[in-house]
Amino acid sequence: MMGYENQESHLYASKEEMESLVLDDDSPNGTAHPFSDPLSSSSSLPFAEIPTDQSQTPNSSFNSILEPPSYAEAIFRSFDADHSSPQLNGAHDHSIASPSSPPSSDDFLTITVSDPQKEQELSNSLVPGGTAYVTYLITTRTNLPEFDGTEFSVRRRFRDVVTLSDRLAESYRGFFIPLRPDKSVVESQVMQKQEFLEQRRAALEKYLRRLAAHPVIRRSEELRMFLEANGKLPLVRTTDVASRMLDGAVQLPKQIFGETAGGMVDANEVAQPAKGGRDLLRIFRELKQSVSNDWGGVKPPVVEEDKELVEKKQKLHDFEQQLSNVSQQAEALVKAQQDIGETMGQMGLAFVKLTKFETERAVYDSQRTRAADMKNVATASVKASRLYRELNAQTVKHLDKLHEYLGVMLAVNNAFSDRSSALLTVQTLLSELSSLNSRIEKLEAAASKIFGGDRSRIRKIEELKETHRVTEDAKSSAVKEYERIKENNKNELERFEKERHDDFLGMLRGFIVNQAGYAEKMANVWKTVAEETSGYAKHGS
Amino acid sequence: MNTMQRSGSGSLQSPRSSSSQAPFLSVSVTDPAKMGNGVQAYISYKVITKTNLPEYQGNEKIVIRRYSDFVWLHDRLFEKYKGIFIPPLPEKSTVEKFRFSAEFIEMRRQALDVFVNRIASHHELRQSDDLRIFLQADEQTMDRARFQETGIFKKKPADLIQIFKDVQSKVSDVVLGKEKPVEESTPEYEKMKNYIFELEDHLAEAQKHAYRLVKRHRELGESLSEFGKAVKLLGTCDDDALGKAFSELGAKSEIISIKLQKEAHHLLMNFEEPLKDYVRAVQSIKATIAERATAFKKQCELAETIKFKEIDLNKYRLTRSEKLAEAEREYEMLKAEGEETSRRFDMIVRLMNEEIARFQEQKTSDMGLAFHEFAKGQARLSNGIADAWRSLLPKLEAHSS
Repeated sequence: MMGYENQESHLYASKEEMESLVLDDDSPNGTAHPFSDPLSSSSSLPFAEIPTDQSQTPNSSFNSILEPPSYAEAIFRSFDADHSSPQLNGAHDHSIASPSSPPSSDDFLTITVSDPQKEQELSNSLVPGGTAYVTYLITTRTNLPEFDGTEFSVRRRFRDVVTLSDRLAESYRGFFIPLRPDKSVVESQVMQKQEFLEQRRAALEKYLRRLAAHPVIRRSEELRMFLEANGKLPLVRTTDVASRMLDGAVQLPKQIFGETAGGMVDANEVAQPAKGGRDLLRIFRELKQSVSNDWGGVKPPVVEEDKELVEKKQKLHDFEQQLSNVSQQAEALVKAQQDIGETMGQMGLAFVKLTKFETERAVYDSQRTRAADMKNVATASVKASRLYRELNAQTVKHLDKLHEYLGVMLAVNNAFSDRSSALLTVQTLLSELSSLNSRIEKLEAAASKIFGGDRSRIRKIEELKETHRVTEDAKSSAVKEYERIKENNKNELERFEKERHDDFLGMLRGFIVNQAGYAEKMANVWKTVAEETSGYAKHGS
Repeated sequence: MNTMQRSGSGSLQSPRSSSSQAPFLSVSVTDPAKMGNGVQAYISYKVITKTNLPEYQGNEKIVIRRYSDFVWLHDRLFEKYKGIFIPPLPEKSTVEKFRFSAEFIEMRRQALDVFVNRIASHHELRQSDDLRIFLQADEQTMDRARFQETGIFKKKPADLIQIFKDVQSKVSDVVLGKEKPVEESTPEYEKMKNYIFELEDHLAEAQKHAYRLVKRHRELGESLSEFGKAVKLLGTCDDDALGKAFSELGAKSEIISIKLQKEAHHLLMNFEEPLKDYVRAVQSIKATIAERATAFKKQCELAETIKFKEIDLNKYRLTRSEKLAEAEREYEMLKAEGEETSRRFDMIVRLMNEEIARFQEQKTSDMGLAFHEFAKGQARLSNGIADAWRSLLPKLEAHSS
């Protein structure tokens, strides 16, 4: 047969690869979570490009034996070309599954996380020798004007990321802010293990890139400082619980006695959700309000608009549930694809051994013929096994979008609860205003009955009126905040819907093209063997 | 040159035939049917024989047989035709659950059909009386014949004595401290034996993976089906283009899942089964090897016994003992037995040499067909999958615009 020599050397070359193939499957990578693995291994590259080039080379060497490029090849190339062109501008890396937003002309903001290093906390702590922590090198390339440079690096630790995330949550209420990686409470020994560090590095990179892909958040001061400011991160650290509790305890008496001398109720504070500890009383009041809302007696004057939002939320909730289900099934599918590829490969290997055996021990020509047939099947099986492997890597890359959107749904839920809590603040203030009003009315009615006035009562009335003014300001502030968040919600929802539409259609297309392309490649591999063995079929199967 | 075919007709072109029609013997095993209830339930098969051979009654005969009847036939042939690789039987089912599953029954029927046809196309075996009984006898006769073979009746008295003698000699050998190596040790035969034993290991491994591959196809089909269902549900959340796209993907996944299940079955029947059959054939050869070893040992032992008898004979001649006459008689008997044993052993050797060549050829064509079916099935599956997915793309383009 033509090309037999090629096939022969290819068989033994691919046998080596098959051996390593089998070894790979034994390594932890093969059994790790199918979604996280291929991405983490490839994100050492600046653009975390799933190595389509790498997958092309073994195919091209196959193609030298097989037929010329097929329909699937053409589709593959065009598909991957689509994805690589925005790379030049680098605004968005589709391949690492970040939400694609329309890049404004040519600006880009590219972030890489690398080089985890262990560092010592200088001992101002009680623990002798200090505690160790890990920092990562954050490298940024950008041409956005608000940055001081075009290429720079800083070192940050995970705690800084938490800070960044918290500050963003405060500043960008109502936005669909990408979720930061989990804190994952583990012992310090595990912390230093290579696998953990690599996982965390990859997760951090994904997070920062998602932030950079968000049209509004990428321009935030908080992100800029995180990426650019040398030395210590100049963002306010989220204070620990103990000091918060202390603060709250100090504030409490003033709030309880309602002595709001001189604008104690800071309008800005109103624009923030009630934080744990500091605003014990506020939380208490808002809880009371929400309970009274729920139990219905008084209809709150500011009504949550409406059925449209409620409907929308329900739809999103349904979507989230189904998405979670699909994500699970997708994982199972990936596992099944992996398994069939492995078994195909193992069977191929077994036939390779058989072929060798028969060839070495052949006494009859029929044995040699059989060995030759078997070799074809063995080679084909090994090829098919490699194709399954590649198919799976690509499948994971596409279906990971499902997984990613589950994260987005969490961000959506956060944004909606920003809105709910802002509304609650407004409602709380409104009911305070109404209770202040009725108190003032009562006092005024009582005071008017006494001729000449009641000095203590009049003084009281003045105080209440002052409180009322301050509360009225707070209410306006709260309403403004609520409206602002509503607006953010609306815009984000629009953006989300469009991106979801594009992203999922893209995912479907990628998935389908992939499946079709690899199926075609496999068909070609088997067609050759079927033709080569067609002589045996004359008895009509 | 005899061409051994695997398919239905076991036709033999006999140059000696002067009759107008070439002699043929064609058998098929069909129509499995469950008989009886509960623990005693079993499957019966229709065995249809079409022939023009004079030894057979009429052109066509249909009998009902069960698995143990096939076992009887196999065992009889194994006893009578030492040296010939008797075609292997499918295994007895050990797992109760599967005994009546459609797939198992079909696999067994196919294997039994192949079994009988191989016998009918083997130039020696086809002439056996037992085959004729099997193909022709009414059910009662068959039952009786089968019953005789079961249990201790299986072993004929002569065999029992032989077994006893074996144990005896084994014991005396051990007592005397010598384990005589009574094995053939011609290099060619050694080579062949090693080959057979190693071949079994290699084949068993390949077959194991082939069986797993069948399972993987089924598993992939199932998970694709579940995936499709979940995607369809996701599609109901949107009533725009995206929702439709999901629904279409889901529907297509389910279609492809069915293709996978189909291919799994095809793979099982046309690739894994032949591989398993190959393994059984090798095991059958091993049984023949054991028979040959037994015959060789017998030959050696008899030769020894004859030698000792000669010594005794000479002793008696010299001492003019009255035991001489009887000893001479015994000696003649032993010599006759020795010749018979040698003759039998030589036949086994001769037959095995023919059989091994035939076996290799048959296996090349059997496996060639199996490989062909495997490749054809995989190509068909992959093409079907590629077509199915591709058909979605134009719709998807429409949704994107």
